[in-house]
Amino acid sequence: MGVGSFFTGKLDEAIGWARKYSIFQYPFVTACCGMEYMATACSHYDVDRFGAGLPRFSPRQADVLFVVGTISHKMAPVLKRIYDQMCEPKWVVAFGVCTCTGGFYDNYATVQGIDTIIPVDVYIPGCPPRPESVIDGLMKLQDKIAAGAQRF
Amino acid sequence: MDGQAILARLRARLGGRVLETHDFRGDHTAVVAREAILDALAFCRDDHGLAFDLLVDITAVDYLEFPGREDGPRFEVVYHLYATAHNHRVRLKVRVEEDDARVPTASGLWPIADWLEREVWDMFGIRFEGHPDLRRLLLYEEFVGHPLRKDYPINRRQPLIGPKV
Repeated sequence: MGVGSFFTGKLDEAIGWARKYSIFQYPFVTACCGMEYMATACSHYDVDRFGAGLPRFSPRQADVLFVVGTISHKMAPVLKRIYDQMCEPKWVVAFGVCTCTGGFYDNYATVQGIDTIIPVDVYIPGCPPRPESVIDGLMKLQDKIAAGAQRF
Repeated sequence: MDGQAILARLRARLGGRVLETHDFRGDHTAVVAREAILDALAFCRDDHGLAFDLLVDITAVDYLEFPGREDGPRFEVVYHLYATAHNHRVRLKVRVEEDDARVPTASGLWPIADWLEREVWDMFGIRFEGHPDLRRLLLYEEFVGHPLRKDYPINRRQPLIGPKV
């Protein structure tokens, strides 16, 4: 291993470390999971400890897309467009079983998992997930960000 | 005005075009011939004693393979009316066959009927003749079929739509 690749490797590590504590999330809240998302974001569980305390309500300023709640087929193009508007690097978290698999909405209206529309990095199951599991998912996402696992 | 009096008034006005009436636990219903539904709705709205000024809901029922209703018309379109001044209610029903699923529109009487009828078209595939803009209300244009029909397969998946690229 040459000296150059040693330094670029260290630089990637440093960038990954910085990125994982500066998560600007875009909460795409469509359903009841939003209440649990708010509980996680507020002071009791305090998602700001993980550097994710500032939601950006514009996808162009965000780097993590939180898909929180049931996505219907009619909403699917909107979600895809939101995802397309985000700048690289970007990550997606599927929050709750509805976004993971469609959940118990096995019917004509609901998308059976948002990974049929956009790529997903972390799945947080639960109906809705407790704040502990949301934070667990967030920490897994941080590991992924720190490891530099991104799509370009 | 109590429910029996409302039904009697409807029968007196429409005669044989009221096919049957019944009440179930205080909810009074008149089944009206399709040709007479607009007359019946207009009479309910404009008659001074009835004065049903509020169209609460339009919905439909699919009686496919319903016990006891196998050979009757497949659909029923249901109108729920409420009189805010008199605090009374009535329900009107129209029976339609599957291969002739058409009902005249009530959007000339109550503007809200516009969207309610669009929803019934969307979910049951019943056409409302004379409707100004009969498009799907809840689902998207590319959706194939009408999901609240009893013969719509519960596990059918529609192709995902997305923005054109």
